[in-house]
Amino acid sequence: MPLLDQAVLVLAAMALFTAFALLAQTRLTAAINTFAWQGALVAAVAALTGRASGDAHLYVSALITLTLKVALIPWMLHRLVRRLSLERQADPLQHPALTLLAGAGIVVFSDWVAAPVAHFDASATRNVIAISLAIVLLGMLMMVVRRQAVAQVLGFMAMENGLFLAAVASTHGMPLVVELGVAFDVLVAMVLFGVFFLQIKNSIDSLDIDRLSQLAEPVEDDERGDAP
Amino acid sequence: MNPLAHALSALLQPLLLLAAAPLLVAWIRRVKARLQNRRGAPLLQPYRDLRKLFAKEAVVARTASPLFRAAPYLVFAATLVAAGALPLLSLRLPSAAVADAIAVIGLLGLARFLLVLAGLDAGTSFGGMGSSREMLVSTFAEPALLLVVFTLAMTAHSTNLASMVQTTLNAGLVLRPSYLFALAALLLVAIAECGRIPVDNPATHLELTMIHEGMLLEYSGRHLALMEWAAQLKLALFAALIVDLFLPWGIAAGFAPGALAWAALALALKLGVLGALLAVAETALAKMRLFRVPGFLNLAFMLALLGLLSHVILEAAT
Repeated sequence: MPLLDQAVLVLAAMALFTAFALLAQTRLTAAINTFAWQGALVAAVAALTGRASGDAHLYVSALITLTLKVALIPWMLHRLVRRLSLERQADPLQHPALTLLAGAGIVVFSDWVAAPVAHFDASATRNVIAISLAIVLLGMLMMVVRRQAVAQVLGFMAMENGLFLAAVASTHGMPLVVELGVAFDVLVAMVLFGVFFLQIKNSIDSLDIDRLSQLAEPVEDDERGDAP
Repeated sequence: MNPLAHALSALLQPLLLLAAAPLLVAWIRRVKARLQNRRGAPLLQPYRDLRKLFAKEAVVARTASPLFRAAPYLVFAATLVAAGALPLLSLRLPSAAVADAIAVIGLLGLARFLLVLAGLDAGTSFGGMGSSREMLVSTFAEPALLLVVFTLAMTAHSTNLASMVQTTLNAGLVLRPSYLFALAALLLVAIAECGRIPVDNPATHLELTMIHEGMLLEYSGRHLALMEWAAQLKLALFAALIVDLFLPWGIAAGFAPGALAWAALALALKLGVLGALLAVAETALAKMRLFRVPGFLNLAFMLALLGLLSHVILEAAT
């Protein structure tokens, strides 16, 4: 196998590792930085695939990913976290070891699901499909286990990274029109999330999503004691 | 190749590692001292310490059982035998036929078991504390170490260290994601197993944090010297293991004197660089709280598991 394809495999595996790091990261600022690294790795995969296959438009996709996922969105998230003063807030997982084992299970499951697809594809990077499926599912797992709204958004964005990786690895990228559309969708989603966060913060004074399941503010104990 | 030379080479390689182990420790201390703007002790200081300890009288507590006296010799012997299974200068290693990577881990486990028992034996509270902490660390470190070995064994189709090195040498320059993850996991495990800084501080006897030193508190004289030497050998063993598995280039295939000299030079260079990296990491990092150690080693386990999975997913077809 040529060195370029090996480098693609290594970068894809590292992107998978960043998905796990994102899952386990408790600090929001560190999680945002991890997300930026994941974007950089996916962009590098796109650029190297473009180099290997000679598709010039993959360079454009890599550039879009680089500006959007590595620079713009992390910058917006950092600014948002600063505005909501969440920099020092930690959001520990309930069962970290169990969550990571579930993540490993997801990787095995993705391999099993993607095996028939990889069987038909002749390109050297076909095995990356399983990796990208795992990144998508890990992003979903992150949205399930995290209570912080910003962390859930990071999971959503990581899912988009996984989809982009799948497109690059299996079909050498989507058509440029589709890619631009997805990129701007993600950007618009990011802006909307920012507005949402401010609203949530204003109404319940926290970004802990679990508190949205209660209809009213919990009654304070001392007030209840006074009632009868 | 006559059997005598074979036996000689099987004996000489671990003894060479044994002789070089204090030097490696001294080198790490020296680099650390320079990074902290100190001059540091001369490179021969650990040898002088060992000589001094061997000359001193060994004091044994009245409550200690015979196990307490036997443990230093057994720990030292087990670590030395484990070092014997490692191809150091030459790949033609007679002892490699009987000892593979899993046997090395088992021998290190035996040494640790005896060390922990010796720590408990004298009945002091610090010894017991050190032993319990050591067991906590090893519970998390050993599965990760085994997974690293399994990951590499899947590529080499063998758990024999000499043939694993041979496979890496034959393959030439191949980028493997599984090796990358396994290397990261092995580095973390080695730091924990050798009691280096984020996990244990080898330079202090601070009662709140010590792990390895806590178990050795009751030892003195030649017993202490053997225990210290075994710990230094264990560090050299892990460093040589990392070099063997991931950067084996330069190792001699036979016993030609020129190739052996070249292999010795390459090994010294690689161990020196690895030691300097460890010193930089120890200077830059702070020691973790004990209850953060399981998280640290879970990361190592996760990395090793990802290495295993990425081998199955990405490399199985090739």
